[in-house]
Amino acid sequence: MLSTDTDILAAASSWRRDGRAVALATVIETWGSAPRPVGSHLVVDAEGNFLGSVSGGCVEGSVITEAIEVIEAGAPRILEFGVADETAWRAGLSCGGRIRVFVERLD
Amino acid sequence: MRTETLEILNAERAARRATILVTDLADGTQRLVREAEIGADPLAEVLGKHLASGKSGLVEIGGRQTFLTVQVPPVRLVVVGAVHISQAMAPMVAGLDLALTVIDPRTAFASPERFPGVELVAEWPDAALGSRVPPLDRYCALAALTHDPKIDDPALKAALAAECFYVGALGSRKTHAARTARLAEAGFSPEQINRIRAPIGLAIGAVSPAEIALAVLAEIVAALRRVPRPEVA
Repeated sequence: MLSTDTDILAAASSWRRDGRAVALATVIETWGSAPRPVGSHLVVDAEGNFLGSVSGGCVEGSVITEAIEVIEAGAPRILEFGVADETAWRAGLSCGGRIRVFVERLD
Repeated sequence: MRTETLEILNAERAARRATILVTDLADGTQRLVREAEIGADPLAEVLGKHLASGKSGLVEIGGRQTFLTVQVPPVRLVVVGAVHISQAMAPMVAGLDLALTVIDPRTAFASPERFPGVELVAEWPDAALGSRVPPLDRYCALAALTHDPKIDDPALKAALAAECFYVGALGSRKTHAARTARLAEAGFSPEQINRIRAPIGLAIGAVSPAEIALAVLAEIVAALRRVPRPEVA
């Protein structure tokens, strides 16, 4: 059962060993009723396969899209989602929380 | 992150040692600090604080936004005594994501029929710990529930020596006074003995085995999350 964030890091490692390009997303800051705690991880490969969660489902789609770009470009990014931001509102943190997510490539 | 860094992080985790990954968010540079290296690290104070809380978080270091990814080992719960309370506890423990082992040398109690799906070891605790059961460490909770000093005491001694984050023992205050005397006799300091939660469990007026199981697990969660221990009345 891939229930804990450390299991997700083990999966990230195993994906790399299989030769897949991998990005790691980490929740670095939350405000309000963000559904996943700081330190939560999501691992993504270049095809958009993913494990883990950074928001309980609300913004995973956007994070995965950005993560695929990070895999291509190489430089890490910080993403912000929340009700204060129109785009993010569309992405849908309907719970009223805001989160910042660090996305990095595994080199 | 460098794949080697992730490999080390995962290896440390497999060895049940904590690590903190320090990430400079501006440029993505990282370094991994092992639990044993924290004391000598330039960031010892802030790293120590995060290690104690077990929580990852954002800090500002020299004007730079820095993220600390705190990895602490998965928490194990070792229950000594394959009793009613342990039976009630097993499904609750699964929901809490704790790794449960039940030890009881009495094979009539430690039967798979009574504990379906539970890791059960029908041996004396001092024989089991360090062989069939991995040795206790700081990321273990130990609950001694047999009421029998011959079984409970060796487990409590091992738990105190290993500095388990939680050590609890079933029994009345009178039973515990006798236990305290035995442990003092065996060379344990008052500070060590005082770490034992007895009577076991948060004071919720628990009566049934399931209620006692709940009180014990609530107390374990409070210890894990570093909620200050209530004053003993």
